[in-house]
Amino acid sequence: MPVVMATDQVARTITRIAHQVVERHHVLDDLALIGIRTRGVPVARRLAVALLEITGASVPTGVLDITLYRDDLMRHPVGPHPILRKTEIEFSIDDRRILLVDDVLYTGRTIRAALDALIDFGRPRSIELIVLVDRGHRELPIKADYVGKNLPTSLRESVQVRLVEVEGVDEVVIEDASD
Amino acid sequence: MLPTDGAGRDPDTQPAGRAVSPVVFPVLDAPMGLRTKDLLSISDLSREEILLILDTAEAMKEVGSRPIKKVPTLRGKTVVNLFFEASTRTRTSFEIAEKRLSADTLNVTASGSSVVKGESLADTVLNLEAMAPDMIVVRHASAGAGHLAARLCRARVVNAGDGMHEHPTQALLDALTIRERKGRFENLKVSIIGDLLHSRVLRSNVLLLRALGAEVCACGPTTLMLPDMARFGVRATTSIDEAVDGADVIMLLRIQLERMRGCFLPSQREYFQFFGMTAARLRRAKPDVIIMHPGPMNRGVEIESEVADGPYSVILEQVANGVAVRMAVLYLLAGGQQE
Repeated sequence: MPVVMATDQVARTITRIAHQVVERHHVLDDLALIGIRTRGVPVARRLAVALLEITGASVPTGVLDITLYRDDLMRHPVGPHPILRKTEIEFSIDDRRILLVDDVLYTGRTIRAALDALIDFGRPRSIELIVLVDRGHRELPIKADYVGKNLPTSLRESVQVRLVEVEGVDEVVIEDASD
Repeated sequence: MLPTDGAGRDPDTQPAGRAVSPVVFPVLDAPMGLRTKDLLSISDLSREEILLILDTAEAMKEVGSRPIKKVPTLRGKTVVNLFFEASTRTRTSFEIAEKRLSADTLNVTASGSSVVKGESLADTVLNLEAMAPDMIVVRHASAGAGHLAARLCRARVVNAGDGMHEHPTQALLDALTIRERKGRFENLKVSIIGDLLHSRVLRSNVLLLRALGAEVCACGPTTLMLPDMARFGVRATTSIDEAVDGADVIMLLRIQLERMRGCFLPSQREYFQFFGMTAARLRRAKPDVIIMHPGPMNRGVEIESEVADGPYSVILEQVANGVAVRMAVLYLLAGGQQE
């Protein structure tokens, strides 16, 4: 079970992405971070803290649950639905530049669902994608704008991002799913 | 399943922009569902299933506050609302819930259907089933109508009130309202006052509130009392002052004149005299008491307008929560049963 990112690397990566955001955007006035549940949320909140430290500007942060937009919900005749949690976007996304945040980019289906969900909330000026890890194997034409780490994987492997807020530890590991 | 990018579902995270606290939350990886195909009675639900419905409803509430109040979840699903009894709130509430989830809905009411030509409930249901709906929401004047429909068809059936038996989604929306206002059920005194005998709302609420640990007191005139309430862990009384005394929640039930085929009450005015909820009577309750009513209200019979429209009333919150609860029930039933 190789650890591909240790605690300090996770922290440095988030700080680096925050700097890249500042570099690309100069003015943060119309930016907003939206984290995809589950682990996109703590990453988005940490980015907000990092952006505050770097620029002194506080960027509003929202939480998006994509469950109701999944493309596989009605595909399985038997089997319970995933648990639905709250979406909390307490600002208008109209004309904002949205930074969508998730932990792992894989098939792209989660991001497709998130884009559909966001567009139901309004018409942002733009949406950019931030991911901690891009593990490849896209099934849809989706690409991240900011990538913490590119991690070539095989389909047999699974990438686990663990965060202090959820698992009590910051690390990224690759597991062999066939084990 | 989506591949496991972010497989676990999280509990609520911290407020925005603050430093991260090292709290470890449990990760609920396994999707949860209801064990039954249909929602017919609160007695079919475990405590965990009730809480799952309430949690899901809480998340569903947010959909109603969006600029576009619609999610694609039940796209391509057909839901029939089969209403043999008059209803404004429940039918509208189900229909809005279905539309917010993008289901195709149609309404069949007794007066506009072949029921007036003498078709039986069973035949009506079988004919609807032949057109392959995914869900049927049934309201009927006979107890067990939903159960009959559920046995006859593959479509998932939601009981929207069957005679004097049950009205499960009403009890669930009441519970959501109580939880939002009180944050708990344990050690809560809930007094249900009114026409106990004819009330399906009472039956569903008693089962649900007892399952969640609330203390339930039922109050009404002797002629409208239910026998053997103690068996359900309910304290019965004919004294309204005793019922109101120290109550956290007061739920008023409608005097159901349409179901009374006997001399249950001398007059509505006499009922109001002895059991009507007035501001004066309310003073015995807890200072933060909430007043609930499943509707439709008979103002001046079970409740005076000053109370119904007053600061303690959460009656319209109940209506608002009804949509979210029905969205939750439809969502969870559509997902299929738990192993």
